[in-house]
Amino acid sequence: MKKKLFLAAAAMCLAISVPVAGSAADTIKFGVAGAHSGDLASYGLPTVNAAKIVIEKVNANGGINGKMVELLVEDDVCKPEVATNTATKLVSEGVNVVLGHICSGATKAALPIYKNAGVLVMSPSATNPDLTQSGEYPNFARTIAPDDAQAKVDVEFALNTLGYTKIAVVHDKGDYGKGFAEFAKKFLEDSGKAEVVLFEGVTPGAVDYSAIVQKIKQSGAEAVMFGGYHPEASKIIGMMRKKRLKVDFISDDGVKDNTFIKVAGKDSEGAYASGPKDTTKNPLSIQAVEEHKKMFGTDPGAFFENAYSATLAMLNAIDKADSTDLDALKKALQTEKVDTPIGNIYFDEKGDAIGVGFSVYQVKNGEFVEL
Amino acid sequence: MDYFIELFCSGLSRGAIYALIALGYTMVYGIIGLINFAHGEIYMIGAFTSFIVATVLSILGFPLLAIVALSGVAAAVWASAYGYTIEKIAYKPLRHAPRLSPLISAIGMSIFLQNYVLLAQTSDFLPFPELIPDFEFMEPIAHIVGSSDIVIFITTAVVMAVLTYVIKFTRIGKAMRATAQDRTMAMLVGINVNNIISATFIIGSALAAIGGLLIASHIGQINFYIGFLAGIKAFTAAVLGGIGSIPGAVLGSFILGLTESFATGYVSSDYEDVFAFSLLVLILLFKPSGLLGKAETQKV
Repeated sequence: MKKKLFLAAAAMCLAISVPVAGSAADTIKFGVAGAHSGDLASYGLPTVNAAKIVIEKVNANGGINGKMVELLVEDDVCKPEVATNTATKLVSEGVNVVLGHICSGATKAALPIYKNAGVLVMSPSATNPDLTQSGEYPNFARTIAPDDAQAKVDVEFALNTLGYTKIAVVHDKGDYGKGFAEFAKKFLEDSGKAEVVLFEGVTPGAVDYSAIVQKIKQSGAEAVMFGGYHPEASKIIGMMRKKRLKVDFISDDGVKDNTFIKVAGKDSEGAYASGPKDTTKNPLSIQAVEEHKKMFGTDPGAFFENAYSATLAMLNAIDKADSTDLDALKKALQTEKVDTPIGNIYFDEKGDAIGVGFSVYQVKNGEFVEL
Repeated sequence: MDYFIELFCSGLSRGAIYALIALGYTMVYGIIGLINFAHGEIYMIGAFTSFIVATVLSILGFPLLAIVALSGVAAAVWASAYGYTIEKIAYKPLRHAPRLSPLISAIGMSIFLQNYVLLAQTSDFLPFPELIPDFEFMEPIAHIVGSSDIVIFITTAVVMAVLTYVIKFTRIGKAMRATAQDRTMAMLVGINVNNIISATFIIGSALAAIGGLLIASHIGQINFYIGFLAGIKAFTAAVLGGIGSIPGAVLGSFILGLTESFATGYVSSDYEDVFAFSLLVLILLFKPSGLLGKAETQKV
């Protein structure tokens, strides 16, 4: 009896699995991986929305070369140890291309798994330079400029526009923050125009940053360059103002988030942060934002346009290459220009998008204003 | 010399923050010998409660002093309810279990509460209103000591004095000490041990909630995760000073705060934890029960 039951169950499994396997060949499996919960979810969720909008449009127009695009969404909470599981899951589900991951650390951890499976990965937000420049991940591309480009913009701004000669560089010891800080330090020293008077990492989540603020004061710095995310940035800038320390605060893309202004309040006024170039006047970008409002009823969040563009670029490459083979896709990415909300872009051999960059923003009256 | 004083004051204010949380840790340990790992989460819940109450009251246009008082009371009551319930649910059934079981239960409670607040509230950082204003008379030294530092410092001192008084000289304090020494014997002489333990948790949780309000106002932001690191540091401070000892918790907190501050100031903030924990190891090597802790004698 038991044996019969088992056989019946096995037969049923087979019966269920056959149509699934059959449909797999007819769809393009488009994975989206990133932080969809946890304290960095605000960086990851807009990417999911971007993919949903583009894919819905593509499918409504008959898909790509007759194939429908199927969305597979997986959460990695921005943690490297979770990201490997996320990647393994997507690969085992037969994903063709992946939009993600969001955080550099998680992306780095996940990439080898995709590489072994020959899956193209494109991130809208992972800015760690090694991801493209090390050459270890031929399957990786991104629609955001790497950290060193960002650090370069910030350093040039501090030296040439603000004219500072003594700068303290502080970071949060994380992959992203420390990476940014090290590049900033290198560019500052190479310029010969300024002195790095302090280079230190702070412990994220500490209850009080007054000691490091006193140290910044003691160092005589005219500006603080901070590499990291907004929670620490708002704590440090708040403590600086509490200690009546009036030096400028220059930071990165991880701080250029409206939560920073919301949490730091009036202390954030006058702070500088670099972020992707303002593309709000690009008609495609206006259209993308409108689509988001129509579908979700809200304004899109961080990296939405980069994610929208990455989705367009990958689907365009699949269309032009008429394949999801990694080499064919890479060739298409490098040769076929595509119109996106962040501009008319294509990719270099390493996977960095040509035609995207950073500019410096300042908080004025509770808003980031491009300078 | 100025720099030294600035670092010293930074260390003191950090120490006072740790002390405010460490007092609750050490009190619970002193009475029932349990390391209440959920204490950091009670502190976080206190901060959230005062955030919600303060936000509502400021919309209604209450004066600042009333907001501070009412949100403090609300946070203390609410957090005490949590402390009381946690004890009844997670620790009381394990009172006769091996020592490791309530410890694991405490860690579980801590993770549960974190995730509960994450789901019930938000994962985002929230801006905490500045409940402690900048006092005008503090302005000349504001670059060294802030108004919130002073308030936290004074609160810590008052709480330590009151707790010491309560435990040493009042009826309930006597009952607490009796419970700490020998639970069975205390029961035989007519002390309601369950009530005493509940009272301990209520007092400890209320303290954590007041700490949550003051510290969140000092830092200016809260999220569901703030209790974890603060709790670990406060626990370290309590162990350093001799867990179970009230003055020990305060002493340990100040030593930890000062070590971190000077390590940041004179070496590098990359190494502040290294120095803090090396000091802990060093002190425990020579005084295994902490600076002011009593050596535990084995009862035969």
